[in-house]
Amino acid sequence: MTALGQPLLTKPVSAKLAATPWGFFLAIAVLLFFVVAAVFPAALATHDPYAMNFANALHPPSFEFWFGTDESGRDLYSRVIYGTRESLLIGVGATAVSLSLALVLGSLAALAGRFASAAVNRIIEVLFAFPTLLLALLLVAVIGPSAMSQVVAVGVGTAPGYARIIRGQILKAKDSGYVEAAVALGHPRAWILRNHVLPNALRPLVAIFALSVGQSIVWASSLSFLGLGVAPPSPEWGALLDAGKQYITQAGWLTVLPGLVIVVLALAATTLGKHIQNILEKDEK
Amino acid sequence: MTPTSSSDTLTPPAAPAPSGPAGGGARASRRFPWRLIAGKLVGAVVVLWGAATAAFLAQTALPGDRATIILNIRAGQAIERTPAELAAINQEYGLQNPLLVQYLEYLRGIVTGDLGTSYQQHRPVAAIIGEQMWPTIVLTLTAIALAWVIMVVWVTLTAGRGTKVSSVGAVLDTAVAGLPHYWLGIILLLVFALTLGWFPVISGTSPNGLFLPALTLAIPLAGFMGQATRAEFERSLDQPFVITARMRGMGDWGVRLKHVLRHSVLPAVTLSGWALGATISGAVIVESIFTRSGIGSVLVTAVNTQDLPVVTGIVILIAALYVVANILVDIAYVIIDPRLKKS
Repeated sequence: MTALGQPLLTKPVSAKLAATPWGFFLAIAVLLFFVVAAVFPAALATHDPYAMNFANALHPPSFEFWFGTDESGRDLYSRVIYGTRESLLIGVGATAVSLSLALVLGSLAALAGRFASAAVNRIIEVLFAFPTLLLALLLVAVIGPSAMSQVVAVGVGTAPGYARIIRGQILKAKDSGYVEAAVALGHPRAWILRNHVLPNALRPLVAIFALSVGQSIVWASSLSFLGLGVAPPSPEWGALLDAGKQYITQAGWLTVLPGLVIVVLALAATTLGKHIQNILEKDEK
Repeated sequence: MTPTSSSDTLTPPAAPAPSGPAGGGARASRRFPWRLIAGKLVGAVVVLWGAATAAFLAQTALPGDRATIILNIRAGQAIERTPAELAAINQEYGLQNPLLVQYLEYLRGIVTGDLGTSYQQHRPVAAIIGEQMWPTIVLTLTAIALAWVIMVVWVTLTAGRGTKVSSVGAVLDTAVAGLPHYWLGIILLLVFALTLGWFPVISGTSPNGLFLPALTLAIPLAGFMGQATRAEFERSLDQPFVITARMRGMGDWGVRLKHVLRHSVLPAVTLSGWALGATISGAVIVESIFTRSGIGSVLVTAVNTQDLPVVTGIVILIAALYVVANILVDIAYVIIDPRLKKS
């Protein structure tokens, strides 16, 4: 992963994944399921996520306990459902932090005066030399581990890549024929910026947002997995991984299934993002 | 987004589609591009200076009085300290000096290989990192090599083989590129170490224990490089030079291996510099799953105890590796694409 979240936006070929309509609808269905789980967890859970029952401790997945039970006999499926809200909020929060920062850095790098933009470009470059997880770890070390620091750390960690995309988009729009035409027609700079450059440059943000939420959840859960995020006994997905880690040899489902849920959500968000991207690209032609 | 530095002139621009190498070739100088590399070295120094500055700022950003924090981290307590105790620490870490002096001291230290002193272990950070760095480097390089092998075999087998095979190939590229390391690692551990018993569960530093951790890092990376290579591979299959080779009577495998592959790995070479940094940070997670010694456990402990000199030392080192790797990638570019040398 690591690799995750980096050059996802580059390849038209992998967009074939998104080109199949059933993949798109499946992604929507998956995302809807998680939204329902986040808003009305009680509607989807089968057990009380906090009720301990030591007679059923470390019960493997079965008809009664779909995802098995943990060391205290709590139903893992229900815990995953109840953890959805916090996990999604961390993902969306981190994305908001990331894209805001990227927007500021990216547009300064593309639009500010020569010296200012050179300086901002360098800052982006320096941040980009830190791998996402490492930048996030550095921030967690300063702030201390918590849900809030996960939001900030993952947000800042993923921002440099998006800042580059936004800068590239703005520069592309600035160089385009329609801007040249607008300049030739004598429109003022600010007007061109507002009516031509920014709307065209920022349209891909919708797709990036979807991609980024999925990636952020994966990064945030990686931090939790290392014991540097939300701490157990919270049912937040990363915390479930952290708690299940010590039972890998006896009860693999405690890490495999919450991990699978994260993978499915990330894949759905990626598919949706790529599909939106495809639609936008078709529009441009 | 192509993860190369934006000032690169040799590497393709950060555009959505990987541009053909022709774009870079037009701008290359006639001889080996010494001037270009010199320029890159200057850029690299600037990036490292920025990284060191960021590391210094992170250390000063720790909320509260630093001497108190250091003492408490060392003792594992959270109590008020007497001025005498604080004075000793301030003296040791030079904290009584103005911030600017501390900053210059810090930069001077980095240039001479001194990354500071650990708050917790009371030892030079460089020594702590030095002890644990080697296994991580071995793991990272093995993983990157493995990723290349997997990627080249997979793309050569599946790219441009009709819609069905190619799209299965592409979908798999995307799917594995998104797999989190911790999940893939746990699956591999459960299947190959715990169930089949082919590899040790606790890999320590043994060579036999190297395979599963390296594979965990290699699979997503192969997916990433595969995405970049496949696009270029399929484009190259329709190029005039490929048609010429086919007309000369060259078989399909010959064309793929001798002409198309060489042409289409360039974007993946570009990715390799970035992959080094990403793989090292992935190694932090993988080492934790497979109980492998390396920089990962040092880093996680240091983050947990807010032992910032250790954290920033590791971060600076990895940023430096990233910068060096990117320079090597630029040189590799010229070697792989002879047009850049003599165009």
